[in-house]
Amino acid sequence: MEALDIPAAGREADVTVRRPWTASASETRAGLLFVAPYLAVFCLLLVYPLLSGIWLSLHKADLFGGSRFVGAENYVRLLHDDIFRQAVWNTCNFVILTVPALTVAGLALALALNTSSRWSAVLRGLFFSSSVLSVTIVTLVWRMVLIPDGGLVANLLALLHLPAIPFLSDARLALPAVAITTIWWCIGLPMMLFLAALQQVPKDLYEAAALDNAGWWRTLRRITLPSIRRTALVVVVIEVILQFQLFGQAQIMTLGGPNNASLPIVLFIYQIGFQRWDIGYAAAASEILFCIILVAAMAQFLASRGREDG
Amino acid sequence: MTAMRNPGRGRNWTAAAALGLAALAMAAPLLWTLLLSLKANDALLRGTASAFAPPYTLENYADILGHSAVFFWLLNSTIVSLGVTAGVLCLSSLAGYGFARLRFPGRDIVFVLVLFGLAIPEQSVIIARHQMFGALGLHNSYGGLIFPGLAAPFGVFLMTQYFRAMPKELEEAAWLDGASRFKTFWRILLPQSLPAQATLGIFTFLSTWNDYWWPLISATNSRMYTLTVGVASSQMNFAQTNGLGFLMAQAVFASVPILIVYVIFQRYIVAGVRAAA
Repeated sequence: MEALDIPAAGREADVTVRRPWTASASETRAGLLFVAPYLAVFCLLLVYPLLSGIWLSLHKADLFGGSRFVGAENYVRLLHDDIFRQAVWNTCNFVILTVPALTVAGLALALALNTSSRWSAVLRGLFFSSSVLSVTIVTLVWRMVLIPDGGLVANLLALLHLPAIPFLSDARLALPAVAITTIWWCIGLPMMLFLAALQQVPKDLYEAAALDNAGWWRTLRRITLPSIRRTALVVVVIEVILQFQLFGQAQIMTLGGPNNASLPIVLFIYQIGFQRWDIGYAAAASEILFCIILVAAMAQFLASRGREDG
Repeated sequence: MTAMRNPGRGRNWTAAAALGLAALAMAAPLLWTLLLSLKANDALLRGTASAFAPPYTLENYADILGHSAVFFWLLNSTIVSLGVTAGVLCLSSLAGYGFARLRFPGRDIVFVLVLFGLAIPEQSVIIARHQMFGALGLHNSYGGLIFPGLAAPFGVFLMTQYFRAMPKELEEAAWLDGASRFKTFWRILLPQSLPAQATLGIFTFLSTWNDYWWPLISATNSRMYTLTVGVASSQMNFAQTNGLGFLMAQAVFASVPILIVYVIFQRYIVAGVRAAA
């Protein structure tokens, strides 16, 4: 930091009148010096790998540096790869299982906890606390809830004399089990976003509704929901982007199994890239994921721009 | 649970009951983990239902103290998270000041390009970045674990917005005294930005601490594992005979530091959630 001190640079021009429409040479130099360290890191660690990843996806490349240009072959291969198609399907399925649930439950919690009482503060803390745990801890906790051999659910079922359910080894249950774990883990963020939005709703709207003797449901539908529409859209898009990146839960809890039933796209990339070392092919799969997420991010950009207009 | 907005008493009770159930569902997995961690391993071998009743013991936690790998992982997580946090705060504050307060040609275009970086998911760069770090010999080093975190554009975005919102008058007195730009930044603007620094710092710390995917592929030597990767590895190698109670004690032990950080910095986390939206 000290090395960046630029004592002489600023002195002469600044005390005199500065014309706002032109940048002085010293200001330009100072500006570039301030942004240069970040820009260097940005280009080296984000822009360069992004571009070289696209380049790599057009090659047949392996761990040991062998590399041959193959054009779109990796992409064509992906389109015909049943496991990749299954992974795309699983990921979409997972997004459908988690995002609506997270949005609705997040909103319900925010509505219930939007008071200043001590109880709601404690509960807000409880519902958000899971979000600060790492994926490793969350999966460790939930495996001990779900495993049929001595898990919490199995114990509760045993109390009712019911048989245990093999959540993680049944092809139909594995992905929903990962989804439930994820909802438990991620519920804090949508709740917080909705709470922030609810506090922005003008109080006089509620007072007017109370004067009209509007009931709770009517107030919710006519005032609350329209006022937080933009936030709801932002929550949906953020969660779509996040949940498309499903990795740790599936990798640790099920290894994508049984029979690829819970294999998401990112785990597919991991297996191809870092276990089979088919690097060009994995890069191509990651570019497809990038396109999917980019579309969602554009939707968020449009949504937040709309919010400023409205 | 007390003062609900709606007047109907009946609905109040159903809402409170639903909320209570949700809170129970939220807390139960954590309490279950805690109970398992407090049971002797041989008691758990006979059946996990025994976790609902005493006797409880701290022997699993005592065993962790004799298990040095966990402390290595804890140390690595601390070094990496603090390193990334310090780096992000420095780079983002400097760049944020540059973008917000200084005029130079191309500034706005460069800023938009940096914002575009927010939309780049880690997955799309990770293969190429892994190749690059391999070529540079950075895997299994602190540098290898820290550098990728420094490129995140979110901090630059946050600090630029924050510096932009500050009144111009703050700097003008310093300008007139002939202070340099860096001095003005360092003495005047930076101290004013402490709340934003705290929010950005705690966010960066938490997300680095919890990162799983990059340390998983970059640190292959178990000495260089971070806590998330280390605990995941013992989880995946786990066989019932190793001691379920010990594994659960590891989970509790590994989540305590981050929960303490959460409790201390709670209000900055809330502020950060709002800023992120």
